[in-house]
Amino acid sequence: MSPTVNTVISILFDGMAYAMFLFIVSVGLSVTMGLMGFVNLAHGAFAMAGGYVVVTATRSWGVPFLPSLVMAFVLVGVVSVAFERTLYARLYKASELDQVLLTIGLAFMAIAAYTWFYGPSPQSIQLPSYLTGQIEGGIRTFPAYRVFLIAVGAALIAVLWYVFERTNIGAKIRAAVDNRRMAQSIGIDVDRLFTITFGVGSGLAALGGGLAIQLVGINPSFALVYLVFFLLVVAVGGLGSLKGTLVAAIVLGVFDTGGKYLYAGAGGFFIYAVAMLILLVKPAGLYGRD
Amino acid sequence: MPREADTSARDFLAARHRWRLVEALPWLIAIAAYFIFPDRMTFGAQVLIMVLFALSLDLVLGYAGILTLGHAAFFGLGAYTVGLLAARLGYGEPITGLLAGAAVAAVAAFLSGWVLLRYRGLTLLVLTFSTTILLQEVGNVFKEFTGGYDGIPGIVIWPLFGRFDYDLYGRTNYVYCLGVLVVLFYVVRRIVYSPFGEALTGIRENVARMHAIGSPVHWRLVIAYTISAALAGVSGALFTQTNAYATLGVFDFDRSAGVMIILILGGTGRLYGAFAGAVIYMILEDHLSKLSPEFWQFGVGFVLVLVVLFARRGLFGLLEDLSAVLARSRS
Repeated sequence: MSPTVNTVISILFDGMAYAMFLFIVSVGLSVTMGLMGFVNLAHGAFAMAGGYVVVTATRSWGVPFLPSLVMAFVLVGVVSVAFERTLYARLYKASELDQVLLTIGLAFMAIAAYTWFYGPSPQSIQLPSYLTGQIEGGIRTFPAYRVFLIAVGAALIAVLWYVFERTNIGAKIRAAVDNRRMAQSIGIDVDRLFTITFGVGSGLAALGGGLAIQLVGINPSFALVYLVFFLLVVAVGGLGSLKGTLVAAIVLGVFDTGGKYLYAGAGGFFIYAVAMLILLVKPAGLYGRD
Repeated sequence: MPREADTSARDFLAARHRWRLVEALPWLIAIAAYFIFPDRMTFGAQVLIMVLFALSLDLVLGYAGILTLGHAAFFGLGAYTVGLLAARLGYGEPITGLLAGAAVAAVAAFLSGWVLLRYRGLTLLVLTFSTTILLQEVGNVFKEFTGGYDGIPGIVIWPLFGRFDYDLYGRTNYVYCLGVLVVLFYVVRRIVYSPFGEALTGIRENVARMHAIGSPVHWRLVIAYTISAALAGVSGALFTQTNAYATLGVFDFDRSAGVMIILILGGTGRLYGAFAGAVIYMILEDHLSKLSPEFWQFGVGFVLVLVVLFARRGLFGLLEDLSAVLARSRS
């Protein structure tokens, strides 16, 4: 196999793994923003919290890796609902600035609290043996963990697609994203719907955070550093669009990985440049409604 | 004084424009600080720089209602213009350096604002912080030229007006920054009380109506953005001049968020909010982050949450509410 083909495969493969991480974290943000137009800059903090749940569960409580991911999903999902009911719900009708400030405040508090308890350095965990090493993939080997990540992403996409397109609650969410007032007037309880999606979305973010430990590393600054990427994905994809979030995650994930492979010095440049170009042409995102 | 029914709009606006005695207070405090803390003037100069930066944000966020998370871009451009002029071309004249910093930031804001200010909400938020990070990345790509995250080495700033050299305690710098702030504050005050400033407030309060009465909304936003960026550029230029260094850290997201927090703490759309916010924030930061950076950051976040929930109009809004309550209980 020629080196060029090998590089292309590496970029696509690593880019897909990265894209799945971006998708898993961002999808909840996209749907909640699409539903309520709520600018939630604390979403990265929920993802980070998930990462730390996995760290603590596997290292201190002896929970295996996979159940610890489920724990992160449930725990952070439940806690986020408490936040949503007590704080976010007060600001649905407030200005975007107020929402930005509240959620930046929460993100700062989270960063400070995690630095206090875990220290500023990146955390690592012991992966189960079947997730370390390489998997033979016909033409070459692939790192097992990234294969696992892509598989989890694909499974989640299937589940989310089914929920969105084939269930009653999915239809309600789509209706409310389309036109919230109309949905309310035909009897859909949008506030309740929002609470549910907020909890699930934050839970997914936490799952993504747990998966991120071995991919990009997790430390307290994760909450703001990666928030930027999640917001890019949501804006580029279009608010409230499952398909948009997926396409945006793949485009940005592959471009970012490709940029870092080919031009190591200009690593971060590409993801922003591509995102800005897309947004300038389509301000509401790829699949968003103006 | 209650407004008479026959008072014309012109008189009403003129009355708002008039200087009040209490407006001398922040300047008297700034002058007093020079004599009370003569050996803390390096810190004092940094506070004044933050006041100017927050003031520039007040123009776009507080008056025009432009939600930007990328104001550090213009601070950084000002900082780098002065830094690169001094380090690469050996040109360290301070006053023209400020003008150069302002010009570069203004041009960048005019071009980017022309494109970006058509968007709103999340898209605008993402585009503004992306612009800032993009600048940071470009600076990092050309790190032989910009010094990257290690900073620009060898910045030498010439004495002010060719005669006042910089002292160990930063007294020259303090007076210099205060002078610049006085001049630019006067300019900003003139702007916000001008018809142009009223139009900006109109856009913030009801953009649809401004369109309906034929106000050139986009054009006005671009101009406000450009002026604000020029001010931010000056504050960045002062930052490089007073510290004699600049790193790519000036473009950090934290700086954009920090200046927004300062403005919110003081109160937006009221000019003096920038003063109160910057002084309180910087002094608390100076003391608390020495004790424990986590404690400080947690406190900032906590206060921000409290402000949004209970004191939305900032410190000055709180004071106004308080005085209103007192006035009511007295009568």
